[in-house]
Amino acid sequence: MYSEKVMDHFTNPRNVGVIDDANGVGEVGNAKCGDIMKIYLKVEDSIIKDVKFKTFGCGAAIATSSMVTEMVKGKTLEEALEISNAAVAEALDGLPPIKMHCSNLAADALHAAIKDYIEKKGK
Amino acid sequence: MRRIYFDHSATTAVDPEVAKIVLEYMSNKFGNPSSVHGFGREAHQAVDIARGQVAALLNAEPNEIFFTSGGTESDNLALKGIAYANRKKGNHIITTQIEHHAIFHTCEYLEKQGFKVTYLPVDENAMISLDDLKKAITDDTILISVMFANNEVGTIQPVKEIGKIAREKGIYFHTDAVQAVGSIPIDVKEMNIDLLSLSGHKFYAPKGTGAIYIRKGVHIEPQQLGGAHERNMRAGTENVPGIAGLGKASELARQNMDENIKVLSGMRDRLIAGITKTIPYVKLNGHPTLRLPGNVNVSFSYVEGESLLLNLDLKGIGASSGSACTSGSLDPSHVLLAMGLKHETAHGSLRISLGKDNTEEDIDYALQVLPPIIEKLRSMSPLYDQALKEKKQA
Repeated sequence: MYSEKVMDHFTNPRNVGVIDDANGVGEVGNAKCGDIMKIYLKVEDSIIKDVKFKTFGCGAAIATSSMVTEMVKGKTLEEALEISNAAVAEALDGLPPIKMHCSNLAADALHAAIKDYIEKKGK
Repeated sequence: MRRIYFDHSATTAVDPEVAKIVLEYMSNKFGNPSSVHGFGREAHQAVDIARGQVAALLNAEPNEIFFTSGGTESDNLALKGIAYANRKKGNHIITTQIEHHAIFHTCEYLEKQGFKVTYLPVDENAMISLDDLKKAITDDTILISVMFANNEVGTIQPVKEIGKIAREKGIYFHTDAVQAVGSIPIDVKEMNIDLLSLSGHKFYAPKGTGAIYIRKGVHIEPQQLGGAHERNMRAGTENVPGIAGLGKASELARQNMDENIKVLSGMRDRLIAGITKTIPYVKLNGHPTLRLPGNVNVSFSYVEGESLLLNLDLKGIGASSGSACTSGSLDPSHVLLAMGLKHETAHGSLRISLGKDNTEEDIDYALQVLPPIIEKLRSMSPLYDQALKEKKQA
């Protein structure tokens, strides 16, 4: 059902945790299937220096959260905003079709965190 | 790695004694039971013996047992068969909100054909109310179909009382007993049951085997037409190896039932006690006492079911969940929701269903590996963080 990469990220998720002094936090959820993802960003000079996540969800939800944190670390905000849910799924060698809309919210959570950073900075 | 099978409500391994008979009727005694020659008579005799063995398990008469391909076919035959045969008497069927999809989807089909269906609610233990049942009965009610024991949470319904109510009102009573047959005693006469569905692969017979009990005198309309097999009730050459295996499994279940109940319920209770003692924020789903001997169903708050199953699988344990993500739909178990569980709690459910080959060591292993898995998943859960924060503030 899941690719080896998905199982690798599910079994050994990267960047799990909370950044206490995060300057961007994004949380998204799929109300129906119940998955919730929260991403913490530490942005310096428009570059994502650190990123961590917490996720309540299935194997795909955890794996996509882990993968997106790996993909985004060290990137500029502009580059990070270009990452889509499809790109995350592709980086994991694909997801079962039903997981595409119920569990792959990772890029949405990332974008929400970036939006939060930009809003906070604007204030 | 140690491998433990804890999903016996999904299916069971064929018992070696059953497999031996199945093989015999696949290879050496392969005749068609409809043939008049010796090969055919040999096969016919095997079907007759099995019919008697299944009947004995239910305290039915052999001529009240009809072989099918399994529980789903039996459920379809019972509901459609009664509905179409009794359309002139009425068009109302009563069932429950926690039935298997074989009942649900058949009811939905019948609704499209003009029948009305009442779906009885259940309480927090998945038990129906007999008062609700009585109130739901109308002059048009022709059938009451209530499952014997729930496949997810193991709750056993008051079948005898339901049958009594139905009998007094002249309404047919069908029970989907797929999870109960072979696990707990069933007496169709004493329990006022008119029709009963069973499935062989839930109690150590092969998959694709099943039967329906139809009380003598109950007329139903056959749903599969063709030859005169099964006394015109179910056309199609009999699955002789499977039927012979189902018969043997029935005999073994009858012989070993008391011992199996004692051993399984002991392990079940130890597992429930161990889980609830060592892991916080856990809820037992289903009735605390009126439950199948091998059924454990618990919900872990702040944990998602599929992640839990995958982690258990990595430790060699095969179990099941009511989580949406394991079912192919986005909604969690309709049974857990009908019992009043919140979506997020229903998502974190785990069903461990024990079988005759499980051991006390299996229970020890489960109790050893579960707490760290729950702890790991909670440490990743934003919901758990939130709960701890709220607890601190309170």
